[in-house]
Amino acid sequence: MDSSPPFKKVLVANRGEIALRVIRACREQGIRTVAIYSTADRESLHVKLADEAVCVGPPETNLSYRNIPNIISAAEITQAEAIHPGYGFLSENAHFAEICQSAGVIFIGPSPESISLMGDKARAKSLMRETGVPVVPGSQGAISSEEDAISLSREIGYPLIIKASAGGGGRGMRIVHQENEFENALHAAQTEAFQAFGSKEVYIEKYFQNPRHVEIQILADAEGHVYSLGERDCSIQRRHQKLVEESPSPVLSPKLRQEMSSAAIKAAKAAGYVNAGTVEFLVDDHRNFFFIEMNTRIQVEHPVTEMLFQYDLVKAQIRIAAGFPVDPPGKSFGHAIECRINAEDPWTFAPSPGTLDRFLLPGGPGIRVDTAFYEGATIPPYYDSLIAKLIATGRTRQEALDRMARALLEFEIDGIRTTIPFHLALMTDDEFRKGTYSTGFVEQFLLRRPWEKRRKSDMT
Amino acid sequence: MTNKEIQELLSLLQSTNVTVFELEQDGVRIKIQKSALSSGEVLRFQTPRPATGEIQESGSVPPSVHPPTPPRANVRTITAPIVGTFYRSPSPEAGPYIEIGSTVQKGQILCIIEAMKLMNEIESEFDGTVKAIFMENGQSVEYGMPLIEIEISSEA
Repeated sequence: MDSSPPFKKVLVANRGEIALRVIRACREQGIRTVAIYSTADRESLHVKLADEAVCVGPPETNLSYRNIPNIISAAEITQAEAIHPGYGFLSENAHFAEICQSAGVIFIGPSPESISLMGDKARAKSLMRETGVPVVPGSQGAISSEEDAISLSREIGYPLIIKASAGGGGRGMRIVHQENEFENALHAAQTEAFQAFGSKEVYIEKYFQNPRHVEIQILADAEGHVYSLGERDCSIQRRHQKLVEESPSPVLSPKLRQEMSSAAIKAAKAAGYVNAGTVEFLVDDHRNFFFIEMNTRIQVEHPVTEMLFQYDLVKAQIRIAAGFPVDPPGKSFGHAIECRINAEDPWTFAPSPGTLDRFLLPGGPGIRVDTAFYEGATIPPYYDSLIAKLIATGRTRQEALDRMARALLEFEIDGIRTTIPFHLALMTDDEFRKGTYSTGFVEQFLLRRPWEKRRKSDMT
Repeated sequence: MTNKEIQELLSLLQSTNVTVFELEQDGVRIKIQKSALSSGEVLRFQTPRPATGEIQESGSVPPSVHPPTPPRANVRTITAPIVGTFYRSPSPEAGPYIEIGSTVQKGQILCIIEAMKLMNEIESEFDGTVKAIFMENGQSVEYGMPLIEIEISSEA
């Protein structure tokens, strides 16, 4: 392995814990760092920890963290050779990756072509179909006629879901359980779609009752090596926002893991993908898996995989971007789980910005905390509500969950409301501990009024 | 800021080829300028400054260490609206847009900030007189950095 630093200087085009994560990966490799910040983030840790920092705009993200000209200029005036976009903001913006290229700055991530290919869900799905990666069965685009729709629905099988092409938010959406309901449901969905979006175009897809959301982490270098670093089960989510991720998934057999890993590698190769990426799959009751989409960036929950493989994914990203081959990941060990600690009410999830009057981090064996906050810091209302990622590892799932519960009890935050009580209730919930949850779990869990149970146990 | 800290800063700057250094901290502004011009090395942009908008009142700024600017309500600071490289003239051959003491009108070009190979002309927001130019030609600027101070005309 070449020990010379892959770059002399990297600009980190992000804020918060992920900016810190990238700065740390750079420092360990002898790379100097440039932070960018908005006027709301002057006192942020990423600004303090970087070797240089450039203010790129006011608090609004489109004028600062998404301000392409100012960020490119910041790279130019500091003579940074590469830009790491983190997650969110410009991380999956093909236009930005292209501008980096033309400005002679290396974008630490996949090519603009890979980003736009995977960003176009229809194109990505049809590529997967051609490659032989299973996708959710359904109409390829909008349905053309009622007759075609009916014959297709027989092919797909019931239950199925009708969705508005222009849609979102449940409008123009119908779940159909048997064929005699199909015609009425189709008409209702079309009418609703037309009223809501001005287009009666709808498409149909197989509907899954209790799906699990399982993703495969891959690493691909410019020499054509593609590796799978196993899965992360992200089924614990609320309104499509992930709250907890763990690996290994409690429902994956070694055989299924092998199959999903092969599919993810096949997907990455077909797309000519280079750098770290995540292939998201839906897993149904019968352990069938289907491609949903590919995320062309480092993900929030990447530490779960890092802990399991003792492998630094951010360092790998940087080395890949510099043209180095990637080290094979080796074998995983034990179990890892991450809880996202958000500045939100634990039960309603309403945002709760403010000042951290007290911020006492947990520690001890098997605990990792990724955060950019400190006691006395203020959580600005302009950005996302993530305050800390708490990661627990153990030899077994049980040990990891017990450690997580212990660490959550140690974690003291005053001044704002956080999701710590939610996670604590979850870690001690019998159903969750069985590991048989699906994406509908959190909704059901909240219906059981877990806050009452906690209060009772507090009294004993 | 203590005298010791200022001395440390001076000796630190001595070893670099930074020509102009400006710092505003806890309401104290420091400007250090070296006589010899050398090509622009980027300094560490750690300066907290009150950039609530592009234009800010200098009236509330407490006395600075060097040089002392009398606090006056009719003085406005033009700050950098974008990140880039500051130029005082439209081209290397041309003379500067303004000098200290120049009379300027609202809309008049004061300087240029080059960003991504584009020359962005920075215009005056006021009618008045140029009291100070905080940047050297070719210096890197970040968002919100003070560029030019203008004393607005009394009738304005």
